[in-house]
Amino acid sequence: MKKLVVIGAGMASGRVLEHLFERDPDAFEVTLFNAEPRGNYNRIMLSPVLSGEKSYEEIVIHDDAWYAQHNVTCRFGEKVAAIDCARKVVIGENGEVPYDKLIIATGSAPFIIPVDGHDLPGVITYRDLEDTNAMIETAGKPGASAVVIGGGLLGLEAAAGLRLRGMDVTVVHLAGHLMERQLDESAGYLLRKDFERRGIDVLTSASTKAIVGNGRVEGIELQDGTTIRADLVVMAVGIRPAAQLAREAGIEVGRAIVVDAQMATSDKDVFAVGECVEFQGALFGLVAPLYDQAAVLAENLLGGEASFVPKELATKLKVTGVDLYSAGDFNQGDDREEIVLRDATAGVYRRLVLEDNRIVGAVLYGETADGPWFFDMIKSGADISDMRDTVIFGQAYQGGEPLDPMAAVAALPDEAEICGCNGVCKGKIVNVINDKGLTALDDVRAHTKASSSCGTCTGLVEQLMVLTLGDKYNPAAVQPMCGCTDLGHDDVRRLIVAKELKSIDAVMQELEWKTSCGCAKCRPALNYYLVCDWPDEYADDYQSRFINERVHANVQKDGTYSVVPRMWGGVTSSTELRAIADVVDKFDIPTVKCTGGQRIDMLGIKKEDLPAVWADLGKAGFVSGHAYAKGLRTVKTCVGTDWCRFGTQDSTGLGVRLEKFMWGSWTPAKVKLAVSGCPRNCAEATCKDVGVVCVDSGFEIHFAGAAGLEIKGTEVLCQVRTEDEALEYIVALTQMYREQARYLERIYKWAKRIGYDEVRRQIVDDPERRKAYFDRFVFSQKFAQVDPWSERVSGKDKHEFKPMATLSLEAAE
Amino acid sequence: MNVQVQDWVKVGTLADIPRRGARCVRNGEMTIAIFRTANDKVFALEDKCPHRQGPLSQGIVHDGCVTCPLHNWVISLETGEAQGADEGSTATFPVKLDGDAVLLAIGIR
Repeated sequence: MKKLVVIGAGMASGRVLEHLFERDPDAFEVTLFNAEPRGNYNRIMLSPVLSGEKSYEEIVIHDDAWYAQHNVTCRFGEKVAAIDCARKVVIGENGEVPYDKLIIATGSAPFIIPVDGHDLPGVITYRDLEDTNAMIETAGKPGASAVVIGGGLLGLEAAAGLRLRGMDVTVVHLAGHLMERQLDESAGYLLRKDFERRGIDVLTSASTKAIVGNGRVEGIELQDGTTIRADLVVMAVGIRPAAQLAREAGIEVGRAIVVDAQMATSDKDVFAVGECVEFQGALFGLVAPLYDQAAVLAENLLGGEASFVPKELATKLKVTGVDLYSAGDFNQGDDREEIVLRDATAGVYRRLVLEDNRIVGAVLYGETADGPWFFDMIKSGADISDMRDTVIFGQAYQGGEPLDPMAAVAALPDEAEICGCNGVCKGKIVNVINDKGLTALDDVRAHTKASSSCGTCTGLVEQLMVLTLGDKYNPAAVQPMCGCTDLGHDDVRRLIVAKELKSIDAVMQELEWKTSCGCAKCRPALNYYLVCDWPDEYADDYQSRFINERVHANVQKDGTYSVVPRMWGGVTSSTELRAIADVVDKFDIPTVKCTGGQRIDMLGIKKEDLPAVWADLGKAGFVSGHAYAKGLRTVKTCVGTDWCRFGTQDSTGLGVRLEKFMWGSWTPAKVKLAVSGCPRNCAEATCKDVGVVCVDSGFEIHFAGAAGLEIKGTEVLCQVRTEDEALEYIVALTQMYREQARYLERIYKWAKRIGYDEVRRQIVDDPERRKAYFDRFVFSQKFAQVDPWSERVSGKDKHEFKPMATLSLEAAE
Repeated sequence: MNVQVQDWVKVGTLADIPRRGARCVRNGEMTIAIFRTANDKVFALEDKCPHRQGPLSQGIVHDGCVTCPLHNWVISLETGEAQGADEGSTATFPVKLDGDAVLLAIGIR
């Protein structure tokens, strides 16, 4: 077996190994060096790791098991000192390894501007997991602020991620607008506005003079004299190919390691791939050409004769909530024309650059679904004279076709690229689906790599599966609510409103239920939908509620109940605590426990004691804490400006206000809120259904967090200045969720399903709609804010709490 | 001779039980749940799910069955048998209506 040594375990060399092992697992015995103490992971996805949307484990490409399975000798964390081409050995820190073939895949190193202070602790680059972890760690410090030098792709992703981690972030960019290599000025402007809306300061035409600090970075100084405070400075100004090893070994190096189309260097047994290579004068930074190189190199190592041909590239920015796509060449020129479309209200900007009736460049902002279509026309050089008037509107507007995404995908030629990262075209995906009989998205990913890197083409891949498989693949198939109907939750909700159905019987009749009175799945759902949609007209059917909501306490495994009184914002008093203590003694309650939502839970209460327990609690001013409800449960708070030396706002006050406003409302699933008084976030607001993180300048509203079966950090809805606005936005968001979600679907699942941007569009960008949601919530509260405990103390539903009869058997004869 | 005698005992009126609901009758250590369906039929089961002894009287009543509030087992009101894939059964008791009165029979030797 021949010996193959690989220096650098990045995405390019990883892909070479995949191809080799797939084609001929026994061709080479592989030794893999990596300076980083780990194997190959998806570097493109470091931004979601930084922002907290993904974990490192989720972006690993090759784990230990994979290396073991392919007998790769891993020398991770070991630097290579030299290559001796004459003796054909690689000299590692821990010893030499001989090779028959060598692949140099040393990638690139970030460029550091050599200004004063560039070597201070706290100045980092954005390149690997260590950098990412360093950023996450600094962001965790209270009130920390960051400066990102460089407003290109990487710098902006870093800035957005740090902002999501709660830091004050300033982007300092040398050019006149952001991402000047991929965007024109107009798109750069929209992008800047988007970032400013997220609370990120953007300085353009700004040149860094020095980084200042005493023993550690404290800020930066610009050429114009401005100083900006910073606990962290991220340099993201560019990369430089890492070609030093090759140069010292006598291999030809220009700006990078010079390779021919077969990926061979000036030494015939030494190859290079990735960001460290130079081909025909060009360098490579995006993943798509690297993967092309990897395929070519693998082929040639196995005796084939493949050649690398650079292709046009398209770019997407991976910042949640920013839709941006650019491709081709969009500089102006005498022989060039352009077509521009702007829609200011929708925040949409599109620009096509034409030359001889062919599209040579495209910039899309705000709405990027047509990106691949334009990109395809750039690559094919299609003549667009026939559709010049409408081409800017996108594919759906051509030839009078209706707005059907399926038709658009169907119309793509076989060579149209679907996955830009992995260079997978439509024809390949369709063939693999047919040949291997694949029916699941994950299988298609495994076999073609399509949508397995950055994932933005997942929708397209799914559409292709639908096209190819027809009924055999239908991920969007409507799941019926239950066995009683063929309709899904969304249809039922829509029809309840459209047909004005105002009772469970009416729904079952009009929507042709297959059972006489439903089941334990559909009845509670229908009851909720009717309560939500007709708050003043529908009579709540308690027999359609789960036991906890029917008796306003939580059933326990032994049939006893637990009771949680409301403590607004988690605040209590000696009177309240004394009343609880008295109740515990009087009713001999076995367990008293604090809950995660800052409440006191009394467990083990007999059902027939419930009304008396509530009566005593009620005398102390307690009302139901709704700990049993698909409704507003708790608003957790920290002490905020009342006591805390770090508090920026009255977080306790806002929490109490929110709770007093929203208690009693029924929702599709439970709703838990939290308000933190500063970004230290002691109330843990960023894993709640809705959370508020107070900052000096106002209130950052979060939503769609989870910390139960699944763990998920929140998404940022927006930042507002006043408490009144915070209340309005949160209430409107809750009402939107009440009206749209499926029964038992938590906010994070609902928001993910409909899209976080859709929520922002309706709640943040559309004030009228927000007001309407708010008003509808307020209206429904008129009927909902009745304390269920005092009602029951007064005798309501007393049949629930007493046995109908107690038989005392007389002794039988 | 062993004769099973059925003693019908009045435990309440139909109006005491909510439609599609249940009420409990205490009988010494045992609790019996009396169910009333949507069409005003009555059934009696021991108030114990065969799965984890959940209180069936607290479940949702639908189409001649009750769904246990603890883990959603569905129990037939008529036979006491668990429905679907689950296996197990709960004791049933004779119960009838005499006019408005609900009469329960508990076997006494």
